[in-house]
Amino acid sequence: MSLPQFEVVQPATLGEALRILSEVKDAAPIAGGTNLIVDMRAGTHRPRMVVDVAALRDLHGIEVTDTEVIIGAATTIAEMLESPILAKHATVLVKACSSFANALIRNRATVGGNLVTAAPCSDTAPALLTLDAEVKLASVRGMRRVPLEKFLVNAFSTIRRSDELLVSVRFRIPSATATGAFRKMGLRKVSCMAKVDVAVMLDGDSAGRCTSARIAIAAASPVAVRARAAEAALVGKALTPEAIAAAAALAARAAAPRARSEYKLRVVEALARRLLAEAALALTRGGSSA
Amino acid sequence: MPRKKTVLRVNGRQHELALDPNVSLLQALRDLGYIDVKNGCEIGECGACAVLLNGTAVNSCMVLAWQANGAEIVTNAGLGTLDKPHPIQEAFADVGAVQCGYCTPGMVISTKALLDRNPDPSEAEIREALSGNLCRCTGYGQIIEAVQLAASRLQAERLAVAAMPTASLTRERVDEGSRSPGRVGEANPGSRRGRT
Repeated sequence: MSLPQFEVVQPATLGEALRILSEVKDAAPIAGGTNLIVDMRAGTHRPRMVVDVAALRDLHGIEVTDTEVIIGAATTIAEMLESPILAKHATVLVKACSSFANALIRNRATVGGNLVTAAPCSDTAPALLTLDAEVKLASVRGMRRVPLEKFLVNAFSTIRRSDELLVSVRFRIPSATATGAFRKMGLRKVSCMAKVDVAVMLDGDSAGRCTSARIAIAAASPVAVRARAAEAALVGKALTPEAIAAAAALAARAAAPRARSEYKLRVVEALARRLLAEAALALTRGGSSA
Repeated sequence: MPRKKTVLRVNGRQHELALDPNVSLLQALRDLGYIDVKNGCEIGECGACAVLLNGTAVNSCMVLAWQANGAEIVTNAGLGTLDKPHPIQEAFADVGAVQCGYCTPGMVISTKALLDRNPDPSEAEIREALSGNLCRCTGYGQIIEAVQLAASRLQAERLAVAAMPTASLTRERVDEGSRSPGRVGEANPGSRRGRT
């Protein structure tokens, strides 16, 4: 089946790409294309122009500074899986990437594409939410940095304006003791969309008290969300089975699945309980990486 | 729409094309006669259209032809022929890891990408590497077995090459250089046929 006709431009610089996006109303950036090509073939997305941003240097690379990890938006999921920086500082994100689609798609799909598409079942979004990530949007009007939680508005909807390009995603390096966990529940082990994703990130002090908790859920609400009430219920408490059970029950309340998928509430609760227990145990063992 | 000048380098052959921007790499390859690249689902689920793009296995249905401009593309047929099969292809045949055969070119490509990076994969790593390739006939048992067999044959081959006296190694390198450009990756296909 062939795709509808469109024009393609290949800007050499970020500035040129932004100028095109500001001038052409109906232009779609393409990097990996694993969403866009499928949508164009299905006829659900018919851009007049496709702007190739895959080769723009500003959109590539995984860097670490003294305080932050910065991932270029056109970084592929496979590149993230192999990154020593992410293996050291963000195992929660690496775990999310390892459950992403399948090996062939991971070689093309990019983190920026996954976030901009804002599918309810995005795997990178919940992991990045537990890292308190920010996205950087660029346009001819300038740059802005937005917390990922604010960037994601609704199913397939973000605050990105049509002239803006997602350039990078960044997060503060988690503390050395913080520990993260991620689990995807789908219909198969691989190559499936998430029915429920849960990601958690816990930190604690030497007395065994929780000093920081982040819990994020995908595919159980229109777009990935943080479970703020569940997080608040953990901070300052000892990570006892009771505290974990209470937080997991609150996490399920942050989810808002469609009526026919009410079962997801129970899945969220169960996954949250297991992941919090896993992370809590890792914390008492002196903490692993996040 | 203005056509896009695109150079596709497939199995060592160069094609200079002017293509509509909406032509997928899959379509371009099949139109050029590389029909070992199979058209399955066209949504990146089945892996029948997998090719190596600069050494990385991708679904060619999810790449627009112009995105592959200048890249080195290898299809299943570029790895070996009926007369001179690649050890991976030979292993699939020997184990009987084919039934209708539609998924096989993609399976072979994903296997090649895996073994290039990881010459001695575990079963779990093999299953992960083939996670984007669906077989609807026969299941995956024999396919996994074929990958294991190919891995052990390729390893034995590399060891044999490494164990060669320097003089013959030099000769082998000359042989290597004279191979047809479509054959990639093997340590030493010339001497393989002499061994079991």
